[in-house]
Amino acid sequence: MNDDLRAEIRAAVTAILDRRGEDRTGRAWKELSEGGFHLVGVPEEAGGSGGGLGELAVVVDAAAFHAVPVPVAETAFLAGWLLARSGLSVPAGMTVASLDEARGHRQDGVLRLSGRLRVPWARHAGHVVTMARCAQENLVAVIPGDAGAELVTAENLAGEPRDLLVLDGVVAAASAAAPPGLDATALLRRGALARSVQLAAAARAVLVSARRHVTEREQFGRPLARFQAVQQHLAALAAQVTAMQVSAQAAVAAVEHEDADAAVAVAAAKAATSAGARQVAAIGHQLHGALGYSSEHHLGAVTTRLWAWREEFGNESHWHDHLAAALHDRAWWPLLTGDAR
Amino acid sequence: MTTSIHLPPHRLSAAARRLRDDVRSFLDGELAAGTFVPRCDAWMSVADPAFSRRLGARGWIGMTLPSAYGGHDRSPLERFVVTEELLAAGAPVAAHWIADRQMAPSILRHGSPSQRERYLPAIARGECYFAIGMSEPDAGSDLASVRTRARQVDGGWEITGTKVWTTGAHFAHAIVVLARTDGSPGDRHAGLSQFVVDLPAPGVEIRPIRTIDGEHHVNEVIFDAAVVAEDSLLGERGAGWRQVTAELAHERSGPERYMSTVPLLRAWAEHVRQHGDASAERELGGLTARAWTLRQMSLSVAAALAEGRPPEIAAALVKDLGSRFEADVVETVRRLAGIEPRKHGPGLEGLLAEAILHSPAFTLRGGSNEILRSVVARGLGVR
Repeated sequence: MNDDLRAEIRAAVTAILDRRGEDRTGRAWKELSEGGFHLVGVPEEAGGSGGGLGELAVVVDAAAFHAVPVPVAETAFLAGWLLARSGLSVPAGMTVASLDEARGHRQDGVLRLSGRLRVPWARHAGHVVTMARCAQENLVAVIPGDAGAELVTAENLAGEPRDLLVLDGVVAAASAAAPPGLDATALLRRGALARSVQLAAAARAVLVSARRHVTEREQFGRPLARFQAVQQHLAALAAQVTAMQVSAQAAVAAVEHEDADAAVAVAAAKAATSAGARQVAAIGHQLHGALGYSSEHHLGAVTTRLWAWREEFGNESHWHDHLAAALHDRAWWPLLTGDAR
Repeated sequence: MTTSIHLPPHRLSAAARRLRDDVRSFLDGELAAGTFVPRCDAWMSVADPAFSRRLGARGWIGMTLPSAYGGHDRSPLERFVVTEELLAAGAPVAAHWIADRQMAPSILRHGSPSQRERYLPAIARGECYFAIGMSEPDAGSDLASVRTRARQVDGGWEITGTKVWTTGAHFAHAIVVLARTDGSPGDRHAGLSQFVVDLPAPGVEIRPIRTIDGEHHVNEVIFDAAVVAEDSLLGERGAGWRQVTAELAHERSGPERYMSTVPLLRAWAEHVRQHGDASAERELGGLTARAWTLRQMSLSVAAALAEGRPPEIAAALVKDLGSRFEADVVETVRRLAGIEPRKHGPGLEGLLAEAILHSPAFTLRGGSNEILRSVVARGLGVR
């Protein structure tokens, strides 16, 4: 673990994300990708920027905290990971990942792909990476943005692109065999880890904003923070936010260290961060009063992300079921401590 | 002042994990021999001196004390592992729990050489048990308003006042008493001191307080001009508040603040495995995710304590979440297990009954949750 490196990355990314002004999103993406921050955690030999999962989590956390709509989770956490694990290189530009598996068939030496794929950020992407099933083979394949797929645009609650790509025999630009263990479940878990980090970061943003608001805003002749009811709300918020942070960070550490029980950690973290989102958003809005309900206020950008991200890559019910299934052949307490028996 | 609580995750060492295996083997052996039955809240209410002595013989009490005082020079995180294993098993640890958790560190830190000699090796052997005289009839959450007074007299101190909710005073070998030595209640935190008083003692009467479960875990302890020796003073005269606050960090930060009903949860998990339907499974998964998170938080607080980072705010926050989790476990099992709670009943029925009857205490003892939240609010700089 390199705390200094992580602090440096956080400072650099924050400097980019913090700057306001015209076309904030476009400029932020341009600067982040020029600096290679969109591919942190992807090995350099795969065309990434190097660094580990801990460093990547810092970038994703910072972007989520500032609620700037840039697809760092999709490029580095998902697409870069899929490509690097299958020995493929990340193409230049924005490469994002499909959440679904395509059907492939080989014809005249080329791989053609079909299917309806959910692809966040597809409308902006230069390339899309997808898992594909071709006869008995499990593949990872790259589709160029201009390959003739039909694009159906859609947004999540926060207005982030959640597009659909309809492929009908689109020619893959590159492909490779998926390594053992790289399957739909692994991709879902990887996405769940990314969203856990993002949920925790967004929750922290609510706390920071709420704390500032109740300190600055005066009603009945005194700051809101002077009211005990407000203090109790804020403390409950801080507790929930801290729980989300700890669970996300512990899951990142478990995956980073390839713990035998990393899958349990990710399931618990996505469940805990998704379940916590409701209370965080509710207290956040309650403490900000009507001001926070206006689209002019920053709060909505964060709370709508909490509501969107908790559903993506499995909401808490999905991961609760997953944990319960894990308990079919594991005793409860050893599962919790990550021990075999 | 801070805008969020910094609580980095901690990863246990390989040595700590090996220690866990040892503790599990020991507990498996004890369960197989039938020396105990898993109980909820056993750290508060199930005292078994013979069990405590066996733990002491294995070096699992007073673990962090220096060997010079009978301790084992272990890290607080190794102690954490032993602690959580005992709690998960619902083992009968109430006899030594308070002595091990907070009086050993407090006496090590503030005690005179003779107090250390007298108490620490006996605590580590699992033979010396403590009660804590903090709350009073008029001082519950508002601890600074204690009225018990200690007056310097020839050859010692004369203590007069009443302590309530004193856990285990009826079997403890000593009680630590928070009393006013100087000034008046209006002085609040100033002028308070701590005393270690051996029990039983002339002028000290211990009366049982029966709780709503009909059991006797807590007491009223009345000091009627009880004269104690000069060297009963613990630490510095007038520094009682500071000492108590440091002690509360130990009292509030441990895994017992989310694990009191884990024995019920484990029994229910087994029940669900055998008879469960999809809705019970999903809720079990939900409680599991929460427990996993709370355990990571508890571990982080233990690491903070071990590294000398002030854990008060984080501990308060984890206890707020953890104690509510304890009650949610009870409520979930009650709704879904398809059984009725039965006092002293077998298995799940008995565990559920005991847990329900103890549940009001979860969010009161060691500082009510409202007080804990005000500690957190102060940490956030809004109080």
